[in-house]
Amino acid sequence: MYKIVSKEQFSQNVFRLCVEAPLIARACRAGNFVIVRIADKGERIPLTIAASDAEKGIITLVVQRVGLSSTRLCELNEGDEILDVVGPLGQPTHIENHGTVVCAGGGVGVAPMLPIATALKKAGNRVISVLAGRSKELIILEKEVRAVSDEVIIMTDDGSYGDKGLVTEGVERVIKREKVDKCFAIGPAVMMKFVCLLTKKYEIPTEVSLNTIMVDGTGMCGACRVTVDGKTKFVCVDGPEFDGHKVDFDGMLKRLAAFKDMEREEIEKYNDVHCEADPAQNEDAELIDRNAEWRVALRGKMKAKDRTNIERCVMPELDPVYRARSLR
Amino acid sequence: MALTEAQRCLDCPNPTCMEGCPVSINIPSFIKNIERGEFGKAAKVLKMTSSLPAVCGRVCPQEKQCESKCMHLKMGKKAVAIGSLERFAADYAREHGELSAPVIAPAKGIKVAVVGSGPAGLSFAGDMAKMGYDVTVFEALHEIGGVLKYGIPEFRLPNAIVDVEINTLEQMGVKFVKDCVIGKTLSIADLEADGFKGIFVASGAGLPNFMNIPGENSINIMSSNEYLTRVNLMDASNPESDTPMRIGKRVAVVGGGNTAMDSVRTALRLGAEKAMIIYRRSEAEMPARLEEVKHAKEEGVEFLTLHNPIEYIADENGCVKQIVLQKMELGEPDASGRRSPVPIEGAIETIDIDTAVVSVGVSPNPLVPTSVEGLELGRKNTIAVNEKMQSSIPTIFAGGDIVRGGATVILAMGDGRKAAASMDEMLSAK
Ligand SMILES: Cc1cc2nc3c(=O)[nH]c(=O)nc-3n(C[C@H](O)[C@H](O)[C@H](O)COP(=O)(O)OP(=O)(O)OC[C@H]3O[C@@H](n4cnc5c(N)ncnc54)[C@H](O)[C@@H]3O)c2cc1C
Ligand code: FES
Repeated sequence: MYKIVSKEQFSQNVFRLCVEAPLIARACRAGNFVIVRIADKGERIPLTIAASDAEKGIITLVVQRVGLSSTRLCELNEGDEILDVVGPLGQPTHIENHGTVVCAGGGVGVAPMLPIATALKKAGNRVISVLAGRSKELIILEKEVRAVSDEVIIMTDDGSYGDKGLVTEGVERVIKREKVDKCFAIGPAVMMKFVCLLTKKYEIPTEVSLNTIMVDGTGMCGACRVTVDGKTKFVCVDGPEFDGHKVDFDGMLKRLAAFKDMEREEIEKYNDVHCEADPAQNEDAELIDRNAEWRVALRGKMKAKDRTNIERCVMPELDPVYRARSLR
Repeated sequence: MALTEAQRCLDCPNPTCMEGCPVSINIPSFIKNIERGEFGKAAKVLKMTSSLPAVCGRVCPQEKQCESKCMHLKMGKKAVAIGSLERFAADYAREHGELSAPVIAPAKGIKVAVVGSGPAGLSFAGDMAKMGYDVTVFEALHEIGGVLKYGIPEFRLPNAIVDVEINTLEQMGVKFVKDCVIGKTLSIADLEADGFKGIFVASGAGLPNFMNIPGENSINIMSSNEYLTRVNLMDASNPESDTPMRIGKRVAVVGGGNTAMDSVRTALRLGAEKAMIIYRRSEAEMPARLEEVKHAKEEGVEFLTLHNPIEYIADENGCVKQIVLQKMELGEPDASGRRSPVPIEGAIETIDIDTAVVSVGVSPNPLVPTSVEGLELGRKNTIAVNEKMQSSIPTIFAGGDIVRGGATVILAMGDGRKAAASMDEMLSAK
């Protein structure tokens, strides 16, 4: 069991959790992630380690409430315990003095970007950070990023904070202005894809940190596989960071989309149970409901029915041959 | 029934069956104990050499091991059903609480560590605990048991059986640490600094192989490890579980091993209307246990042998919808003695599917091997060991699939026992 020692809300859907995990805190380096399982019957989800304090034995996770498990996680409070936290997993970021680096972080991607920017700064780089989000509310960790950056550019889709525009516009502005030796991009897959298209044009080497579906996180299942440079790679052991110019983002986006529908079904199941049981959570439930448009929900319901059909399957049934031979 | 079968055993003076057993179970002795009605004692005999008899009875390819050496065969008769009798005795003991926890030697106060809780790690832990060592097992996943839990399905090997064995080990004082990846959470050096005098690496062959053919990364194509893990470990087919799982109606499983049989039979149990095995050689070459192939057939699995996938075709959403197969014929025997399949030119078949499970072998998990400096590696990132299961670093021993590549439960257990004996020798000599 891993205790949550503090919890802070960054924005409506983004939370920072500090979790007691002394061994992981001691071993972790920038770029590593953990696999978290919230409770029995919970799924295993990957989360990047946003910060760690080896002395206090604490790691910091920044969680966005999107799917079922992240919602459950965000509902936990200070003092609550998480069932399983495994890590630190993945290859740590390769840090060296490149010269001038641009760190582009989109949405919660800013959280995993922070330790990388910190390490890059320490290694002597000139660090220019570009933070992007849909609106002011979704720009997180600005103060912390400023502390380790030589310059910070903020971009919002709606112009409610910083400059109006996409992350790529912010990055391009820097590239056009001065020589950039290296770029790091972390955020939603689409955002990384477009940053990479841009930096490819200017021939700036770019590292991305991929957030694929994972199950075990130790290289055992292949759920996390992506195509990089024409070869199949496992994000959990070979990554999570890759040369962004070689990643097949379109393939990855499709794989991510495939699980979204399933996730919606799981959330509906969850809402079924929780909405009525606890009116206080109605607000949260509504938030999630919004994610699921009614059409998708309808489609999901059909499948949910499919699922109940499973009950009839004989999965845990003992082999008749075994039964026949066991004992008499 | 068991009594009658036990009567068939000739109790040979030179029991050839024992030669066929990788851990040299005293086969005639346990069978004769069954015959005289002392089922508990029969189980005790099994326990002397095998830490997981109920498991072995279910997963060993007996027809290739002990039963293949049975005297009856030389006389043109069918071999004694050693595997079934083993299962019988072990199950009897478990169900009747006649599980005598083994006698444990006085504590030596020496700490040893085990990496991985599959059959190799568990049998090593059992033996070392018996000898009085202070044993800690580190496991990366949230469940103890390795492949026995996440891979081999419930219908073949109920988890409860594995849990009984694990409980016995706990009673013997073995400590289990879950969620701990050696090489990541703790390094081998950390373990040594913590006072562990010997380390046994039994981290298994975790990495699933893919075929690297076009379309293989389409949606709803997964490794058998992912498929089985989702169902077995994460309980994905249970509506109460959070882990999602798309239930395939037309499922193609590529491969001919036990893992492939487990996957295809799982697919049937989840409600597939059509479940197929696609294997590039003929049935005679299938590495799966005979019994598994038989069960799969009885249950309605279709066998497309001498068919090799060359491409997957996806729909506009990227979901697999067809598998393209090259028909094969058997050519000359290859280095392994198996007749290698060669393509029949122009013989191509396309089949509609909605799920594909790739089960074409596994490679050793590179996590530990690559995290230890100076550790000598063998073929394909296996850990190289001498006949004592000792690696190039004297305090590190290794066994099971991490040493052999994908092998079997009983060989993994045999390795665990051998490593325990050698490590004891090393630590006692000091
Ligand atoms: C579906 C399936 C069916 C099979 N059927 C049969 C059968 O019928 N008969 C048969 O004989 N064999 C069968 N096998 C093969 C058999 O299961 C393996 O040969 C055997 O389990 C190998 O044992 P092991 O102890 O070496 O490794 P594993 O059982 O793989 O255990 C290794 C454990 O180590 C853990 N681990 C890995 N890395 C680390 C790390 N760095 N730190 C901590 N822990 C770590 C893993 O999570 C895992 O739990 C089957 C395999 C599969 C997948
Ligand atoms: S998450 Fe299973 S192999 Fe990467």
